Amino acid sequence: MTWFSIIVSGIVTYFSRMAMVALIDRDMLNSKVKEVLSYVPAAVFPAIIFPGVFFNDFGSFVEYSNPKIYGAIVALIIGFYSKNVIATILCGLLSYWIIIFFINQ
Amino acid sequence: MLSKSKIFFKGTAAVLPHMLSVIPFGIITGAIGVELGFDPILVYATSLIIFGGASQIIFMQLLSGGASSLVAITSVGVINSRHLLYGAVLSEYLEKLSIIKKLFISYFIVDQGFAESNKYIKQNKNLSNPHYYILGTGVTLWFCWQLSTISGIILGSFIPEELGLKFAIPLTFLAIIVNDLRKLDHVFVMLVSGFASLILFDAPFKSYIILSPIVALIAAFIMLRFKK
Repeated sequence: MTWFSIIVSGIVTYFSRMAMVALIDRDMLNSKVKEVLSYVPAAVFPAIIFPGVFFNDFGSFVEYSNPKIYGAIVALIIGFYSKNVIATILCGLLSYWIIIFFINQ
Repeated sequence: MLSKSKIFFKGTAAVLPHMLSVIPFGIITGAIGVELGFDPILVYATSLIIFGGASQIIFMQLLSGGASSLVAITSVGVINSRHLLYGAVLSEYLEKLSIIKKLFISYFIVDQGFAESNKYIKQNKNLSNPHYYILGTGVTLWFCWQLSTISGIILGSFIPEELGLKFAIPLTFLAIIVNDLRKLDHVFVMLVSGFASLILFDAPFKSYIILSPIVALIAAFIMLRFKK
């Protein structure tokens, strides 16, 4: 079943890359659609970030002292000013680890 | 006039700075796949068959969390719909190629390669073989992606579960969009998506992952109406 899902996802992804190049006349995408498509990352990724930060594994709201929230705030600030992907992820993880291993014992 | 191989390697050189983010992202993708409990072969198969970092992570996260295949596949489609935009822009440069070449090059269209190709080809309008540049960026990114996800898969089997590496998933996506926080219209769409995902989280089959982006894109569409 997982193999099946991977292969279908692969076909879907390949189609998204190939459709405008090989199949469809590019004028089919009018400027309005193009404009909306440019918001796809902004529309997709917060739907993973918000639950990943505010919910625990069981889908219930975590308390405000949740170390993930502090980790995410640190990552947000570092990311905004450094524009560096690795620094963002590492600082977020590090502050999260500091809280769970040393402070929230 | 530049030879084909020169153009190809110009593409390679253009994406080299991106390796600083692509390689760690690949390592995280591989490691998270193992951490989520997938067979290493399956994790690697996503790199080869899907070949799209964000969609691979979301795909594995959803399946491991008990989402149905349909939801996982649909969300991969939603995330990767942005490629339609890249294809539409690049198709202008690929028009004269045979269908076989078009089908081959399409596999290698990815974010960073698109960004660099589009920039370069726009600046060098008289380039004779622009598709070699696109291939140079894509093939280079492809190799690095395969190698870094394999490294991540190997590393992942050594990382203890107590470290809570799963938290790297939201952090990685935060790192991807953090730069767009400078644009207010993007911030608006992000907030709509984020709050929608919290409200819709309990919707059946983990469908929040598809519904929230749709709500946010509708909000973007309405916002564009008012901007004009």
